[in-house]
Amino acid sequence: MSRLPKGGIIDRTRSLPFTFDGKGYCAHPGDTVASALLANGVQLMGRSFKYHRPRGVLTAGSEEPNALIEVSSGADRTPNTRATVQEVFAGLQTQSQNRWPTLGFDIKEALDLAHPFLGAGFYYKTFMWPRAAWHHLWEPIIRRAAGLGRLSSEPDPAVYDKAWKHCDLLVIGAGPAGLMAALTAGRAGARVVLADEDFVLGGRLQAEALEVGGESSHGWVSQTVAELASLPNVTLMKRTTITGAYDGGTYGALERVADHLPNAQGSPQQIFWRIVAKHAILAGGAHERPIAFPNNDRPGIMLASAVRTYIHRFGVLPARRWVVFANNDEGARTAHDLLKAGAEVTLVDTRKDARPEISCRHLPEAEVVNTRGRQGLKAVEVRFANGNTEWIKAEGLAMAGGWNPSVHLTCHMGARPVWQDNIAGFVPRAGAVPGLQAVGAANGEFTTHMALNTGAAAAAKALGVKPAEIPEAEDTLNKITPFWHVEAKGRAWLDFQNDVTVKDVVQAHAENMRSVEHMKRYTTLGMATDQGKTANIGALAVMAGLTGQEIAQTGTTMFRPPYTPVQMGALGGRHVEVDLAPERRMPGDAFARGHRANWDEMGLWLRPSLFKQGDEHTWRQSCDREVQMVRECVGVTEVSTLGKIEVQGPDAAEFLNRIFLTPMKKLGVGHIRYGLMLRTDGFVMDDSTVARLAEDLFVMHPTTGASAEVLSHLEFCAHVRWPELDVQIMDVTEQWAQVAVHGPMAHKVLVGPDFMRFQEVEIEGVKARVFRVSYSGEAGFEIAVPARYGAALMHWLLGKAEALGGGLYGLEALNVMRVEKGYLTHAEIDGRVSHYDLGFPTPDKDFVGKQMAARAGLRGPELVGLTTVGTVKALVGGALLVEGDFAPDNVQGHITSAVFSPTLGHMVALGLLENGRARHGETIQMIDATSGISAMCKIGPAVFFDAKGERLRA
Amino acid sequence: MRYSALEVIKQGLTGNKSWRPVWRTPAPKPSYDVVIIGGGGHGLATAYYLAKNHGMRNIAVLEKGYIGGGNVGRNTTIVRADYGQKGNSAFYSHSLKLWNGLSAELNYNVMFSPRGLLELCHSDGQMEAYNRRANTILARGDKAEMLDRNGVTDFAPYIGMNNERFPIKGALLQRSAGTARHDAVAWGYARGADALGVDILQNCEVTGFDIRGGVVHGVETTRGVIKAAKVGICVAGRSTQVASMAGMRLPIESHVLQAFVTEGLKPFINTVINFGVGHFYISQSDKGGLVFGGDLDGYNSYAQRGSLGQVEHVAEAAMSMIPAMGKSRMLRSWGGIMDMSMDGSPIIDSTHIKGLYFNGGWCYGGFKAIPASGSAYAQLLATGAVPDYASAYKLNRFETGHLINEEGTGAVPGLH
Amino acid sequence: MRLTCPHCGPRDSREFKYFGDAKTARGDDFASTYLRDNPAGEHAEIWQHISGCRAWLEVVRNVTTHKVISVKEAGQ
Repeated sequence: MSRLPKGGIIDRTRSLPFTFDGKGYCAHPGDTVASALLANGVQLMGRSFKYHRPRGVLTAGSEEPNALIEVSSGADRTPNTRATVQEVFAGLQTQSQNRWPTLGFDIKEALDLAHPFLGAGFYYKTFMWPRAAWHHLWEPIIRRAAGLGRLSSEPDPAVYDKAWKHCDLLVIGAGPAGLMAALTAGRAGARVVLADEDFVLGGRLQAEALEVGGESSHGWVSQTVAELASLPNVTLMKRTTITGAYDGGTYGALERVADHLPNAQGSPQQIFWRIVAKHAILAGGAHERPIAFPNNDRPGIMLASAVRTYIHRFGVLPARRWVVFANNDEGARTAHDLLKAGAEVTLVDTRKDARPEISCRHLPEAEVVNTRGRQGLKAVEVRFANGNTEWIKAEGLAMAGGWNPSVHLTCHMGARPVWQDNIAGFVPRAGAVPGLQAVGAANGEFTTHMALNTGAAAAAKALGVKPAEIPEAEDTLNKITPFWHVEAKGRAWLDFQNDVTVKDVVQAHAENMRSVEHMKRYTTLGMATDQGKTANIGALAVMAGLTGQEIAQTGTTMFRPPYTPVQMGALGGRHVEVDLAPERRMPGDAFARGHRANWDEMGLWLRPSLFKQGDEHTWRQSCDREVQMVRECVGVTEVSTLGKIEVQGPDAAEFLNRIFLTPMKKLGVGHIRYGLMLRTDGFVMDDSTVARLAEDLFVMHPTTGASAEVLSHLEFCAHVRWPELDVQIMDVTEQWAQVAVHGPMAHKVLVGPDFMRFQEVEIEGVKARVFRVSYSGEAGFEIAVPARYGAALMHWLLGKAEALGGGLYGLEALNVMRVEKGYLTHAEIDGRVSHYDLGFPTPDKDFVGKQMAARAGLRGPELVGLTTVGTVKALVGGALLVEGDFAPDNVQGHITSAVFSPTLGHMVALGLLENGRARHGETIQMIDATSGISAMCKIGPAVFFDAKGERLRA
Repeated sequence: MRYSALEVIKQGLTGNKSWRPVWRTPAPKPSYDVVIIGGGGHGLATAYYLAKNHGMRNIAVLEKGYIGGGNVGRNTTIVRADYGQKGNSAFYSHSLKLWNGLSAELNYNVMFSPRGLLELCHSDGQMEAYNRRANTILARGDKAEMLDRNGVTDFAPYIGMNNERFPIKGALLQRSAGTARHDAVAWGYARGADALGVDILQNCEVTGFDIRGGVVHGVETTRGVIKAAKVGICVAGRSTQVASMAGMRLPIESHVLQAFVTEGLKPFINTVINFGVGHFYISQSDKGGLVFGGDLDGYNSYAQRGSLGQVEHVAEAAMSMIPAMGKSRMLRSWGGIMDMSMDGSPIIDSTHIKGLYFNGGWCYGGFKAIPASGSAYAQLLATGAVPDYASAYKLNRFETGHLINEEGTGAVPGLH
Repeated sequence: MRLTCPHCGPRDSREFKYFGDAKTARGDDFASTYLRDNPAGEHAEIWQHISGCRAWLEVVRNVTTHKVISVKEAGQ
């Protein structure tokens, strides 16, 4: 056991059993999986991606590149979870990943022996012969080795939420700087959100042996957090990562609500927040960086700051004998803390002149040049200034390579960070994210005093208030002499997860992949799950050395959102599957459900496709019966999905006359006209009937699928193009239910106006708008009543129809009838047809799209009707019309809509065919190569039934 | 240096110390026969084919940053040829054929992986529209199939077929479509062009044209004046700015499109899937990341970053279509600048200025087009005429009305 | 991105729908329909507050930084 007898902020009174790779361990509340495994003497926690090198933890935070594990099992299994972040709860199951058969014995470790042949970009240079081998042989082999953890491949059972939050000040990170910022703003009464990715607040104050305001830093944090929690205007968000900075002061945030609990117990697993903040303070601290030396990746080798975190926060001493390797004062601090915890320590410092007061072996001007211990560190080889080397036995090695301010969020809007020599690191560019100020370690201000001070000052400045009083704290500047990698034989890791070593960067340089972006893409450096947090600067330094440039000139790669990876489930929230889009239901929806309706989606709407009766078991049986019913008797169908747009005002007629190709100005009151609208570019936008209800009131009925576009178009024209017209546009689609009743006996259901006329009729005391229009080719009406009477109207009409032998019909039957009549849908009006193609002449008057419609290129294939003439009687939507061999140049058109007409007893189709109107009576071949059907067709007009429209007017 | 398994082994045994630069870093010459502006996939491919197919050698590619830094390195790597409109169908069919032999041709493994593409359909209307596309592909002698629901489940069992808002009715399957390694395409063409003597000039931004009497004589750059008899513009994302230096006003708007990748996962999606609802497409890379994207953010932008709303929108579609993705984590998102033409199709043509040529407006379909675009543009630059398969991509088609509007949405770039 | 609707106040851009260049929005000749300045800087453009008050707005925005410079009602 490596648990220290005392110390840390874990709850030693309680024990939590959990498993790792099937073996049981005990943790305490406050432990992460990593700290608990270390406490149990487990160092080996993962395997690297490419060479399957054995790995332990490198860090104690979310930037961990090595110790990635699978959490839980079955459909709940979550891959690639950082053991350094996952809290232990009783019964937690965890597994190692990307190894076979076991973590300790992984066959693919053999790849490590082949490393000379698997260097940067090797795959671009081989696997090319023979030509098909890449896809059929090599790629499958590579894919078998690809990836880290496993998804369960079952639907994710967890529930996620998304929500908005608004505040005056968002404080990102609850270390000393963040706490002081929140305190300053909170005391001043501002609405504050303080978010921290960790499950305890305090940042490094919980991970170091520090004093703040004369007491232990743990104590100061507790008091401060207690005060903040007591302020109603402050929201403390633990376990909440600010994932991205977006335009307009909007931040993404992921709150892990239940990842630390055995089950979510009704709360969402995670919540993805969009936080809109007037001001923001980035107090995200800094990440310590490793030093590249040969075999610097063994279990037991970790960052010095992580070692101190395990000691002070978790009460864990991960190993007994330590080498600390540093280029700055953090080395001595770590050595000191290790000694105090009872460890044996050797301090190796690359600097010549550092003279720490420390009671352990101190080796200045020395370097670590190698390590031993396949599955756990055993010994460290140190080289002295005179070139002599010595092996030192050690199970732990702490690397202190300096600190990188967490600039990531400040890069999300495209700004590159700025190199700062005195800390040998990048700091955020001022103004990188409007409204956001970086403070404390995130801004390269590393002492506790500086953090407290800048945090308070930034909040005070942003809000124009007084800073909170700064407690006393250490203020000794860390002295660093940049040192990036040890020149010695062997592979020195830069990107631990992706197995990118100094040699790979050297090779990239030799191959002229010298731009930082080329180096990154070529070697995959920085593309691991930590997005290069532990890797990038070291690699930049190596490249800078090779090109003879400063790091500042070499540049930096960009950090993109999210800051740490975000579960897709959380980004989807509840807007998934059935709730992907709102469902629009007609007023008669429940009525139809009571009558065995089958349903179809039309855009967002649900519409009955047919109403089954008796033992009908195919859709065609129901559809044919319904068509016959309407043609011979009377049918009722709800058409409330049709757009209903009222156009009002003294200039309404003029307005519609400009909108429609069809003249509308002289449409009489009580009259209805069918018309086409063109887009600005001259193609047909939609068709619609227009009824003039009064001198200054029109209602139009654009197609269900196009009504949103048409509405916007009308509003745009009214508000922006022709503001001089006195006209108002009102979408009343949802205010009115509309029902069609059609058939030779429709007159017996309702007495209404003449063909293409409008009349207001009272039905059972309700004023109804009755339009004598038809989409079926039969006489009848569309009757609109206020939406709340929709179901009642359906009931009333159906009662009358049934008494006559009629009944309900659905969309399928309606579609058959409209094809029989050659009426258009968006299968024909597909955004590429012109009014010429549809057979409409151009009127003299002006209208939207007239100029562009005059271009020669707009005359394309023309609308025709098609019936079969040969032995094959099938017609298929999407089939091509071909003259001669089946070749691209012989394709002259296609079938837009094909249906079986029960009225005529054969299939009929509408199509678009080159020069089609001049070819009536000729034949053409239809080829549906996907089904192998080919049929000879007769070309004719786009109407198959009652061409003169006598039934309409009857 | 020829790449091969043997070479990798030989180099490996000798410490990987003698790899040669993939391309040189030459100094700009005062004059070239052809200058191509833009070191992206299209520009580099054009240079390669100019040298390879037309025997020209005195060529420079001018890149303002580093080569391959634009959209060729920022896309979702999908290669497909399932277009329905005549001009597109011929062009992308040709491009797909070139993709098949590209690694061998360049001696650089671009990892073209014809793993199949599913275009899912969610309504009868969509089924018929894709049936038409499939027939168009078949008429060309290429292959395509229409699958029903069962066919989709058999082909891609991880797609959520139940409880969806928009049930899947079937799909178009193009088995010859797939993905390629995006960076490798830029580097492979760069290496191929360089080997044939093309000068690739990085950090060389064009700041103006030398146009006299309606004839182009060269360009001004941040690295000095470079004379050229012919100049080809090929700068996705900056077409408007570069063309405006030559006094041209284009039928193009620049929009942002985001792309996303998850953490590495053991492969479970072995094909490319394009969903018909909400516009969402996904594949899984050979490294294990799920690579996916959606619609444009919908407004003019040169910022190379997207909005959070669109991130969420894409995730919602992803979760609806593949509910098992819930526990995968989005690792990185990024934005590219799409030069959206007014009909959604590209332009490869000469201009009103003699010697100046234009290639652009690739919307978000540029990656798969690279081989055919490069070879067509090279032919245009070398001979003054484009090959038949690219003949529809004329600049004046907006005036004549011979538009190639695959989506039928009209002159609204945000809707293509 | 957030736009301040003159009627509804500051709202997330997902409530709005983009229409395009304000300079060419009102015409339907060839140049208005097809040609764009498409500058990499300040851009006057038309948006509709489609999930709000449905007002048509003229927004001046820097399309390189996404900084919103002004919002007013269009067609006034």
